[in-house]
Amino acid sequence: MSRSASKGLWANIMLNIKNLHVKLEDEDKVILRGVDLTVEAGKVHAIMGPNGSGKSTLSYVLSGRDGYEVTDGSAELEGEELLDMDPEERAAAGLFLAFQYPVEIPGVGNMTFLRTALNAQRKARGEEEVSAGDFLKLVREKAASLKIDADMMKRPVNVGFSGGEKKRNEILQMALLEPKMCILDETDSGLDVDAMKLVADGVNALRSEGRGFLVITHYQRLLDHIKPDVVHIMANGRIVLTGGPELALEVEKNGYTDILAGVE
Amino acid sequence: MALEENLSELEVREGVDRETIETVHAMSGKYKHGWETEIEMEFAPKGLNEDIVRLISAKNDEPEWLTEWRLAAYRRWVEMTEPTWAMVDYPEIDYQDIYYYAKPKSMEVKPKSLDEVDPKLLATYAKLGIPLKEQALLAGVEGAEPARPVAVDAVFDSVSVGTTFQAELAKAGVIFCSISEAVREHPELVKKYLGSVVPQSDNFFATLNAAVFSDGSFVYIPEGVKCPMELSTYFRINAENTGQFERTLIVAEKGSYVSYLEGCTAPKRDTNQLHAAVVELVILEDAEIKYSTVQNWFPGDENGKGGIYNFVTKRADCRGDRAKVMWTQVETGSAITWKYPSCILRGNESQGEFYSIAIANNAQQADTGTKMIHLGKNTRSRIVSKGISAGKAQNTYRGQVTMHPKAQNSRNYTQCDSLLIGDQCGAHTVPYIEVKNNSSRVEHEATTSKVDDDQLFYCRSRGMDEEEAVALVVNGFCKEVLQALPMEFAMEAQALVAISLEGSVG
Ligand SMILES: Nc1ncnc2c1ncn2[C@@H]1O[C@H](COP(=O)(O)OP(=O)(O)OP(=O)(O)O)[C@@H](O)[C@H]1O
Ligand SMILES: [Mg+2]
Repeated sequence: MSRSASKGLWANIMLNIKNLHVKLEDEDKVILRGVDLTVEAGKVHAIMGPNGSGKSTLSYVLSGRDGYEVTDGSAELEGEELLDMDPEERAAAGLFLAFQYPVEIPGVGNMTFLRTALNAQRKARGEEEVSAGDFLKLVREKAASLKIDADMMKRPVNVGFSGGEKKRNEILQMALLEPKMCILDETDSGLDVDAMKLVADGVNALRSEGRGFLVITHYQRLLDHIKPDVVHIMANGRIVLTGGPELALEVEKNGYTDILAGVE
Repeated sequence: MALEENLSELEVREGVDRETIETVHAMSGKYKHGWETEIEMEFAPKGLNEDIVRLISAKNDEPEWLTEWRLAAYRRWVEMTEPTWAMVDYPEIDYQDIYYYAKPKSMEVKPKSLDEVDPKLLATYAKLGIPLKEQALLAGVEGAEPARPVAVDAVFDSVSVGTTFQAELAKAGVIFCSISEAVREHPELVKKYLGSVVPQSDNFFATLNAAVFSDGSFVYIPEGVKCPMELSTYFRINAENTGQFERTLIVAEKGSYVSYLEGCTAPKRDTNQLHAAVVELVILEDAEIKYSTVQNWFPGDENGKGGIYNFVTKRADCRGDRAKVMWTQVETGSAITWKYPSCILRGNESQGEFYSIAIANNAQQADTGTKMIHLGKNTRSRIVSKGISAGKAQNTYRGQVTMHPKAQNSRNYTQCDSLLIGDQCGAHTVPYIEVKNNSSRVEHEATTSKVDDDQLFYCRSRGMDEEEAVALVVNGFCKEVLQALPMEFAMEAQALVAISLEGSVG
């Protein structure tokens, strides 16, 4: 697919969010107020925006976390309504969220967790489970490229991992699960310069024709490595501005106040 | 249309109830060992009296001293009252409405070898995944590790069907047989040790057992011998309205070692069944016993109908210096569990450990824990208890740690964690601590938490369904105890943890 095709009618739509309104289930607090966003297969979209604007909420709602109520709108993955699915069905359909705050699971080995996850998805798709041997080979290879050592694979999921290790672990999961639509929520925050490069390389290695990315970040630094095709600005529960990579540079330079003043 | 709206409104409003109902539906049929073997049985008449005691004794060809021992127990039992201090609630048991002896007719003449055992019985154990052929691996136990043989004694209702690897064990001097066989073949050993750890009149259920015990396993490890393979007993209750009263006795002579495992299952029935077992472990100088239990008796249905009443007395006596015992239990079944595997740390520097997973789901009630009685100097004990409650279940950890005046410089460490799934279940911790000298130390830590929604969501967002997610998180919670099990059984126990919690969420 040529670059210019991305803006044309020919692009394959991976994720299509329309007029998404979300409030908290237990409170009358509205967080998303009509999000419209389309990510094409093969493209990387970035979302930036002030703290509390609803970026993480969007990623949670897309992956099916409890506690939110969708009051309007839809979100389709390759034409399938995500919002009707259980979280695990969304995962099996190809959605992946790299968490802003990865969760610790005491007593569950990282390796066991990954294998259970991979096999659960394969099973849901009617594919055969990977054998222990094949899995080990696969993990070793992917872990090495992210400089994750064997010791970390044996430890319980995220328990005692440093902030950066947790984020790399998320990317490792993504690399193993090979989702179609990857959402990265501030995967760059807490990473040192070298780790950022590793993570970016990990993401770039996964970039392909059949895969879409939604990268939530506050910093241009990540986008230097992962060159986005499209940049969105989210504010107050809405995408208020969409542009090319230059938009991220503008945010970096001038902050949000001026940009938002321009759109409101 | 209007009706539909009403229904869905009702569903929303009564979401919790609906969930409960769905849970129930999901749960029923999940007990994997609930089928029954159709086999012709011979029963002793229902009810309990001296004649029944004599009959059981006669069926086992017992010497007179044992018949008298049983009768003495019976006479004591008649005078005793059922204990009520445990946090379990059940209708009164009618002890005259139970069969105390049930034996497959095909076992009337004891088969000389396993080849002669009734194919129906062999098929029963095959279906349960218990190998009665002398093969290396338990069926259903996955694992790339090289297979080690496991010797099995299979007890079906009141009788032992057969014991594997006896010849090979005999080469090492190890005796592994049913207790009735031991009474016949090794009366001097049985006479010396039977009732020496759990006295005849220890408690209501132990005394009942002393009067009517029918079969169980006997293990003797001679001085200096490391038992060449894992030993195990598989208890199956099959007949209806029948109690199972097994008695297990393990003697580890000086410097010996054995690892022993028991497993238990029963068919699904809507009546309750009584199981009152006694296990005695005698551990001499420098000897060590590892005793593991995977208890999966039928837990009853979602409303608490049916299921096994499991009243068990288990005790280890570390008689010699530096004797060691380790109890590991995975208690997933039974409607009622009343069980406190204990350690008497008599020898100096002797050690007792207790690792426990107790799962109570639906209407199950578990009151379980341990006693660590420190009598010798420099004795050590460690308790790790993981209680999981789901549905409407009640789960109590009850533990006693006693440091006697002479138990100088002794230590206990207790860690007691409870996990709650849902908000209709309960977890209780009842520690009794007595320290009667100044140089000993007792540490007790307890936590109670709810299964973490973020953890479940994290797992699900990676593709696991809710039950798989719960199983994974709970297995993580229990890890320390699962690791204490022999490798051959850890996988099975892990799967069992998952199965017992099926339907506990969503
Ligand atoms: N469960 C919740 N309870 C109360 N408030 C919530 C909850 N979830 C989100 N919010 C609120 O919704 C708003 C959006 O939060 P969200 O985490 O989506 O922001 P964000 O754009 O990801 O911010 P950041 O850049 O700081 O990560 C915030 O005001 C937050 O406090
Ligand atoms: Mg956020």
